[in-house]
Amino acid sequence: MDPHGPAIEILGLTKDYPVGFWRKRMRRSLDHLSFEVNQGEIFGFLGPNGAGKTTTMKLLMGLIFPTAGTARILGRPIDDVAMHRDIGYLPEQPYFYDYLTARELLDYYARFSGYSAADRRARVTRVLERVGLSSAADVQLRKFSKGMLQRAGIAQAIIHEPRVVFLDEPMSGLDPIGRREVRDIILDLKTQGRTVFFSTHILSDAEMLCDRVAVLHLGKLRGVGAPGKIVSVEVQAMEILFEPAEGRTLSASLARRATPVGGRYRIEVPEAELYRTLDELRDCSARILSVSPVRPTLEDYFLGLVEREPAAGATVEASIR
Amino acid sequence: MSAMPGVVAINTFREAVRDRVLYNLVFFALLMIGAAIIMGQISIGIERLVIVNLGLSAISIFGLVMAIFIGVGLVYKEIEKRTLYSLLAKPIRRWEFLVGKYAGLVLTLVINTAFMTLGLAAALLVVGRPFAHGDGSILIAIYFILLSLALVTAIAIFFSCFSSPMLSTLFTLGIYITGIFAGDIRNFGALTKNFFLKGATSVLYYLVPNFHNFNSIAAAAHGEAIPLALIWQNTLYALMYIALLLVASSAVFSRRNLK
Repeated sequence: MDPHGPAIEILGLTKDYPVGFWRKRMRRSLDHLSFEVNQGEIFGFLGPNGAGKTTTMKLLMGLIFPTAGTARILGRPIDDVAMHRDIGYLPEQPYFYDYLTARELLDYYARFSGYSAADRRARVTRVLERVGLSSAADVQLRKFSKGMLQRAGIAQAIIHEPRVVFLDEPMSGLDPIGRREVRDIILDLKTQGRTVFFSTHILSDAEMLCDRVAVLHLGKLRGVGAPGKIVSVEVQAMEILFEPAEGRTLSASLARRATPVGGRYRIEVPEAELYRTLDELRDCSARILSVSPVRPTLEDYFLGLVEREPAAGATVEASIR
Repeated sequence: MSAMPGVVAINTFREAVRDRVLYNLVFFALLMIGAAIIMGQISIGIERLVIVNLGLSAISIFGLVMAIFIGVGLVYKEIEKRTLYSLLAKPIRRWEFLVGKYAGLVLTLVINTAFMTLGLAAALLVVGRPFAHGDGSILIAIYFILLSLALVTAIAIFFSCFSSPMLSTLFTLGIYITGIFAGDIRNFGALTKNFFLKGATSVLYYLVPNFHNFNSIAAAAHGEAIPLALIWQNTLYALMYIALLLVASSAVFSRRNLK
């Protein structure tokens, strides 16, 4: 394969599911999806619940079969099982053999890559430490919390050091510390030169981590590019945070526009009015704490999409955490 | 030869052990001990007949329950619990997974049956019946039971690839019972004048495996010799059906969308 070629190529992937009991109709879950993921990048796959993210992941993993279209991973067709040596996959809400301990589970999965017993032992120890499960290595998975299962899931996805890692909602069910640790693992994988393709509906994670993102809604691709490029990067307004000087009152104009925020005040003004407003604040001897541009976030983009095309059953759980 | 089915098989066996499936051996042991004690007191001269009959029947029934009830959930459970998702992302083909699951359950049944055989031997010793030349037929009868269990497992796993455990249990049990009475069904078809019924019974006779062929419990209990030809015939018969069922299961499972 071309060492500089795309890690993932998706061309016109389409998936229809039959719905209904007696009179089956076909419902399109994924509609002619096409994009590429470059090697070594962190690629975020965004969309509200029901957008088709998990369907795409399952198609790429060969768990379901496309109605139309093709895909290639590392230059090889998705039905090439040998290619699976080079990929790792964390399913959404993973569940594993709960009668196994974490160590046994990872050893089991490592066997499929043909490692020797000594190699497997070393790998399992290393990866357990990486995901923070060393102390629970010999505990049966049925005693694991959701967050611990998620870590075990990430561990099995990377135990064989795959070149491309697919993570379906990797932050789901994790507390803030767990989420930060997963973010660190993803960044670590990128440092090692691996490609990470992860789906999420938590946009702040994507904004923080991704080199590029694709936005999916109702099975259709709405945009691919750097997080800042697929939404307007134009500054919408400027936000000023300030504290009034003791014993001084704000001018009527400032008092009308300012919003109190815990003993401080916040004003949002058009960019053209920034300096005039700053002058007014200086005249009142106010202490300016920060001035920052207000840009539309992916969150806004996402919500805008859904508002334009509200889908029955598609819930938006976009939340900045 | 791929090593993948072996990896899956060992894990399937481990699952059975950890899920306390082999606890049925305790019940079998209690049954054998109880039977040996009671038979030793009430039956004179026919202890062997009763113990062998009871022991082989219990081995067959216990094994059948395991083969059906574990077999129908082998694939279904992996899909329902989504444990299969991360597994199939590894370099393993679907047929390798299927053959591995099948081999794992057969391994469990073999080990379970081996322990039950030891229990039966112990019960025979307790009633003061030393081993004799004719006892070889007991081992052959147990071998036939194992062949039939391997066949039942293949049927169960076939249905497990596309239907729910409840339906798979009904289908597998239905085929097993039909297979036991396959000969009678054909005879019934020969007697009837209804063309459709005659055709249907013939199709059923040739389609459904004849489980009656695997039953040598009576012969073993009476110490009768079992012809060598029957061992070969039954072995080939079972292997042929198992191979066909596993190929069919793989064909169905390889095309299945795992929702």
